Amino acid sequence: MEITEIAVVGGGPAGLSASIEAARAGAKVVLIDENARPGGQLFKQIHKFFGSKEHYSGIRGYDIGRRLLNEAEECGARVLLNTAVYGIFDGNVLGLVSENRSSFLKAENIILATGASENPLAFPGWTLPGVMGAGAAQTMINVWRVLPGNRALIVGSGNVGLIVAYQILQAGASVAAIVEAAPRIGGYGVHAAKIRRMGIPILVSHTVKEAFGDGKVEGATIVQLDEEWKPIPGTESTMEVDLICVAVGLEPRSELAWLAGCDFAYIPQLGGLTPIHDENMETSVPGLFVAGDVAGVEEASTAMEEGRLAGIAAARDLGYMDGGKFEKMKLDINQRLRALRSGPFGSPRFEAKQRLLGMGRR
Amino acid sequence: MKAGVAFTGVPSKEELKNAPGIPSRERLEKGPVAVVECFQVIPCNPCMSACPFGAISMKEFPSLPHLDGEKCIGCGLCIPACPGLAIFVIDKTCSHSEALISFPYEFLPIPEVGMEVDAVNRNGEVVTRGKVVRIKNDRRNDHTVVVTISVPKEWADEVRFISMKSIKG
Repeated sequence: MEITEIAVVGGGPAGLSASIEAARAGAKVVLIDENARPGGQLFKQIHKFFGSKEHYSGIRGYDIGRRLLNEAEECGARVLLNTAVYGIFDGNVLGLVSENRSSFLKAENIILATGASENPLAFPGWTLPGVMGAGAAQTMINVWRVLPGNRALIVGSGNVGLIVAYQILQAGASVAAIVEAAPRIGGYGVHAAKIRRMGIPILVSHTVKEAFGDGKVEGATIVQLDEEWKPIPGTESTMEVDLICVAVGLEPRSELAWLAGCDFAYIPQLGGLTPIHDENMETSVPGLFVAGDVAGVEEASTAMEEGRLAGIAAARDLGYMDGGKFEKMKLDINQRLRALRSGPFGSPRFEAKQRLLGMGRR
Repeated sequence: MKAGVAFTGVPSKEELKNAPGIPSRERLEKGPVAVVECFQVIPCNPCMSACPFGAISMKEFPSLPHLDGEKCIGCGLCIPACPGLAIFVIDKTCSHSEALISFPYEFLPIPEVGMEVDAVNRNGEVVTRGKVVRIKNDRRNDHTVVVTISVPKEWADEVRFISMKSIKG
């Protein structure tokens, strides 16, 4: 059985950042990713990121991904690609499977950076080909250059729904409408505005009633909702679409944390059941850390900062950093996280994270 | 239905009037100036560092960007820097009857100088005809092309984009 000091599961923004910081601190790091190349969802983020300079603001997601990959190569972390982690066993042992061969990896500390998965939405016709997660459509378009449809209905107006609508337009397809069940748009007004000036309607208090078609999506019926989110009879309208993108939130991809026996808390603002962690991103299972969306769904910039924090904390735990340097880096990271979790959109996440940290303090 | 970016994606009259990034009516009449249509506080500030004249500031981080109309010369460097594509430059002094509208554009095909286009408002409705007068697409723009069109002056406060149909033909 291979033995390492720190194993990082998942090579998205959080996992890459964790690997970079832990390896820079001197620890022996193995990064495991089930995909053919690391980067997580960064390479499909073709838009410029928000934030300030230290958060890579104004840089497109794929360029941030390239920077992180270069840094990861330079810092000497070992990267296992096309490798899935199927289990986590007593004594911090990971079960790996790669090309039909299984193996074990024992690590002194493990950082889970497994990200999040898209929430489904069940409605009549939701199993028809052409109904998919907005993230899936985004992967098809921006990573694989495949247009999943010619005319789309977007369900959900959070930033994912708004950004994917815009990117469908950039890819040359059209968007019939964005429907939002809540009485207000979920994502940033600036994302909504750039879609509106292209003439795309955003209908709040509306949802999809059904999708229909012969063997694939050929159309959808939408309906208006009242103040109690109940459909208002007689407000149905039908539109011709061949693609329905569901963008109704994400939840932490936490199977490994469950297997390991982590304590969880239900925090709606962070996507639902979330592993409880402390200020060093360590869960209730000693030696098991979390970072990024698995530690509460936020966005890529916070994921990178949490990854850095988990990386230095896991390394420090093995004696790789002196206390002063660690505290200084932690303070800087926490200041950047505080900035990202501010304003009307960020503050609810800050408060939710504080609650989670309160539970994690031992 | 309630008005405003959070409900329709289109700013209300009040939002446009109160946004600290939007220059005064008097300043708009004096010459090219940035119009920062940012109405919600999000932790974001690349517009500030993009401005070589220090015309965009924030009281604290994060807060809404404030435009100093005296310092702004309307150079437009802030347009491609804004990740929200929310900054425009308006020049009401280019001629007696025309105004210039510069806006961020991230689509293909890129319009060509001299092309006649349909100009649209913040709702995406065609309100007038316009003519492409300048295309700026430096490496620094990082694929956010800045398109400048001329439109009849009375539409300067309304026009913010062009109809894709009128470019694709």
